[in-house]
Amino acid sequence: MDSLLAARLQMAISLGFHMIFASLALGMPVLMLMAEGLYLRRGDPRYLELARTWAKVTAITFAIGAVSGTALSFELGLLWPRFMELAGPATGPAFTLEGFAFFTEAIFLGLYLYGWNRLSPRAHWLAGIPVALSSAASSVMVVASNAWMQNPVGVQTLLEEPHRFDPVAALFGNPAWPVMALHSTLACYAATAFMVAAVYAWAALKGYRDPMRRSALRMAMAMGTVAALLMPVTGDVSAKFVAQNQPVKLAAMEAQFETEAGAPLRIGGLPDPETGRVAYALEIPGMLSWLAYGDTGAVVEGLDRVPRDRWPNVPLTHIAFQVMVVAGILMVLVSAWYWWAVWRHERGARAGTAVRAGAAHGDATATGSGGAAGVLADRRLMRGLVAAGPLGIVALEAGWIVTEVGRQPWIIRDVMLTADAVTPAPGVVTTLVAFTLLYVLLSVTLVWLLRRIGHKDVPGETAGIHPAGAGDPAHPAGPGGPGGRRPATAEAGGAGAGGGR
Amino acid sequence: MPETVVAVVLMLALTAYAVLGGADFGGGVWDLLARGPRAEAQRQAIARAMGPVWEANHVWLIFALVLLFTAFPRAYSSLGVALFVPFHLVLAGIVLRGAAFVFRAPAATAAGPQRAWASVFGAASTITPFLLGATLAAVSSGGIRVAPDGSVSTNALHAWFSPFSLLVGALAVALFAYLAAVYLAVETRGALQEDFRRRALGAGIAVAVLAGALLPLAPRTAPHLWELVSERGRVLVATGAALALLSGWLVWRRYFLLARVTAVAEVVVLLWGWALGQWPYLIYPDVTVFNAAAPDPILRFALWATPAGLLILIPSLWLLFAVFKGENPQAGEPPGALDPRTNPARPGAGIAAGSPAAGAATAGQPTAGPVRGDGGGRGRPAGPAGPRPLGQDGGPDGARGT
Repeated sequence: MDSLLAARLQMAISLGFHMIFASLALGMPVLMLMAEGLYLRRGDPRYLELARTWAKVTAITFAIGAVSGTALSFELGLLWPRFMELAGPATGPAFTLEGFAFFTEAIFLGLYLYGWNRLSPRAHWLAGIPVALSSAASSVMVVASNAWMQNPVGVQTLLEEPHRFDPVAALFGNPAWPVMALHSTLACYAATAFMVAAVYAWAALKGYRDPMRRSALRMAMAMGTVAALLMPVTGDVSAKFVAQNQPVKLAAMEAQFETEAGAPLRIGGLPDPETGRVAYALEIPGMLSWLAYGDTGAVVEGLDRVPRDRWPNVPLTHIAFQVMVVAGILMVLVSAWYWWAVWRHERGARAGTAVRAGAAHGDATATGSGGAAGVLADRRLMRGLVAAGPLGIVALEAGWIVTEVGRQPWIIRDVMLTADAVTPAPGVVTTLVAFTLLYVLLSVTLVWLLRRIGHKDVPGETAGIHPAGAGDPAHPAGPGGPGGRRPATAEAGGAGAGGGR
Repeated sequence: MPETVVAVVLMLALTAYAVLGGADFGGGVWDLLARGPRAEAQRQAIARAMGPVWEANHVWLIFALVLLFTAFPRAYSSLGVALFVPFHLVLAGIVLRGAAFVFRAPAATAAGPQRAWASVFGAASTITPFLLGATLAAVSSGGIRVAPDGSVSTNALHAWFSPFSLLVGALAVALFAYLAAVYLAVETRGALQEDFRRRALGAGIAVAVLAGALLPLAPRTAPHLWELVSERGRVLVATGAALALLSGWLVWRRYFLLARVTAVAEVVVLLWGWALGQWPYLIYPDVTVFNAAAPDPILRFALWATPAGLLILIPSLWLLFAVFKGENPQAGEPPGALDPRTNPARPGAGIAAGSPAAGAATAGQPTAGPVRGDGGGRGRPAGPAGPRPLGQDGGPDGARGT
C-alpha cells in the first residue's frame, strides 16, 4: 500500500469514527435539555431521570468526540503537511472559532455534569444550553473549513497577493458553507434521534413500556422527525449548489458519464467507469436535469468534460449517494409511521379502548396497560424503529463519502491534488494499522460501556408494566444504551457510568 | 509585529496547557503509582479533582495547535513531517488517556476491562508528557532541519533520542507529577494529604536531580539555547530555580496553598525562560516566527478572534472553577463532587462562591422528590468538616459524572 492510500484511509477511519461521536455529542445535549426542561415545567420525575441518563451518554460521547477530534487536528498536519501549509491560513480562522466553541462546550458540560447539586435547577438547565449551542457551532465551523476545500474562495489572492487575502470573506462569504453546514448539522440530529429511538424501541420489545420510556421515545422521534423532514429540503439545495459549482462531483454522484441535455435520474445501478455504462439502474428521463436546474431539458455536464485521471471514484460516490438518499427517505417514512401510530393509540386511549396491537402477539401487558404503554406495545412499529436506528448514521457517513470522495483527486478543488499534499514521511501504513486497531478497541469498549448505562426506577412508574420475567434476575438485560437495562440492575450501571447525582 | 503578538498568545496557551493539563497528566502518574493502604482513596481523590475540569484543561492543546497552523503554517507542516512518529505516539497517548478516563470510571466496583483501562490511563498519562517534553527538546536542539524549498530532514538520534531530549522528557513528567501532588495536597486532608505531601517531595527531588543532570548537558547538546537562555533568560531561570526551592520548602512545612502558587509560578517562569532562549525560532535553526508567519490579514484575524473568544471563555472558566474549586463540602455537596477543599478559614464560603445556586439547590429538593434526592441522601457527607471521609464516599462516585 502506498503512503497516499494509507494516509487517506487513516484520515477516513479517524474522521468516520469521530463523526459518530461528534454527531451524538451534538444531538444528545438537545434531548437532555428537552427532558430537563419538561421536568422543570411539569415536575414529573421521569423527565429528570431521562435528563440524567442522557447526560451520561452525552458525557461519554463528548469525551470520545473530543479525543478523536484532538487526534484529527494533529493528523491534519501529520498526514497532509503540504495541504496545511497552504490551507492553514485559510481554514485556520474557522478552526480558531471552532476551538472557542469547543472550549465553551467543555466548560459548560463540566458544569452541567457535575453541577446537579451545586446549581439551582434552573441554573443547571441554563448551563446545558451553551453545551447544545456550542456543539452546533463547532460543527458549523468545521464544515466552513471543509466548504473552503470544496470551493476555495480567494485562493488566487492567497497564492499571489497574500497580504490582500481576506479570511473572513473566504470562509464566511463562501456560498458553499451555509448549504453544507445546515445539511450536515441536521444529519447529526437525525443520527442521534434515530439511534436513541432504536434503543427505546428495543427496550419496549423486551417489555420495558413505562411512561418514562414512552416519553423518551417521543422526544427522540420529535427531534428525528424535524431533522428527517428538513434533510431532503437542504439536500436539494446542496445538490443544486453542487451542480452549479462542482459539476464533476454531481456527475459522479449521478453516474453521468456523458454530457447530455435532458439527463435522466438514475436510481440504483452499478456504474462501470471503464465502459461508461450504468448497469441495473432505474432511469427517470429528464429528472436529473430538472432536479439540478429546474428544467427537464437542461444540459448536465458529464465526466467526459474532465480528463480520466481527474475523475473521482465514480462507483463509490454514486453508491454512497444512493445509500444516503434511501436512508433519508426511509427516515421520513418511519417518522410518519410512528406519528400515525401515536395518533391511533391516543385516539384509542381517549375512546377508552386499549389498542390491541401487542395482543395479537400474545403479549399480556399490552392489553393490560395499553394506555400507559401506548405505542410501545406496537411490536411491528418497535421492530421498524430498531431497524431504522442506524439509518441516521448511515446517511451521515454516506453523505460524507459523497462530499469527500466526490472531491477527489483534489484536496483543494482545482488547486491542490491530494497526492501532492500527502506527507513524505515513511511509515504511514504502520500508523494506519495502529490507529485502526486503536479505534476498534475504543468502539468495542464504548459499546460495552453504553450498555451499562440504564435508567433507575422512577417511583410509581414501572410497576405492572414489565413483563412477567422482569423481576427475575436471570432475565436478559437489554442490548444497549439508555433503557436497555433492567431496572433491577440499573443501579449498578447508573452508579458505574456516573453522573447520577 | 503581529506575528510577535500571536507568538506570545501561543506561548500563553502553552503555559495554560502546562499548568492545567500538566497537572492532569501528573494526576495520571500518581494514579499509576498509587500505593499503600490508601491506594484506592488516592485514585478517587485524583478522579474527583480532575472530573469537572479535565476536558477544559486539555482544550488548551487544541487551541495552541490551531493557532500554530493558522499563524505559522510552515512551522506546523515541518513539525508534522519531522515528528511524524513521536507525534503519532503522543496522539495515541492522548486518545487512550482521554478514552481511559471515561472507560475506567467505575473502577472501584468493577473488575476486568475497567481495571485494564485504569492502567492504560496511568501509563498514557506518563508516556504522553514524556514525549511532549522530548519533542520540545528536539525542536530546540537543532535536530530538525528545514531546507529553503520546504523539505524536512531529521536526525532522529540527534533530535529525539539524544540524552538531552530524554532528560527533558523525564523532567516534564517529574514537573507535572510535582504540580499534581501539590494540587492534590491542597485538596485532601489527613493521611491522604500526607501521602500527597510525600509524593510532592519525591517528585520535587526528581525535578532537582533531572535539572542538575541537564545543566552540564545543555551547553553541548543545545549550545544555542543554552547561550541564549543564559544570556537573556538568566534571571528567569534563576527565579524558576529559586521558586522551585521555595515551593519544596513550603511543601515540607505543609503550607500547601502557598506551595501550589509557587509551583505554578515555577513552571510558568521556567517555560518563559525557555521561550526567551528559543526566541525567535519556532524550529531552531531554520524556522522563525518571522519566516513562518501567515499573511498579515490572517494574523490580525487571529488577534481579533482571541480577545473576542476570551470574553466568553474567561467568565465561563471562572464560573467552572468557582463552582467546583471553591466550595465548602458542608454546603450540601454530593459525594462525587470533586475537590473537597475544606477551608476552615472560610466557613460558608462555599455558598458565596457557588452562587446562590448552592442554597437554591437544597431548596429545590422537596419538589424534586425522591429522584433528585438520589444525590441528596448519600450526598451530604455526614462527617465533620475536617478530614473528609474519602474512602467512604468514594466508591463508584469517584468516577461519577464522567
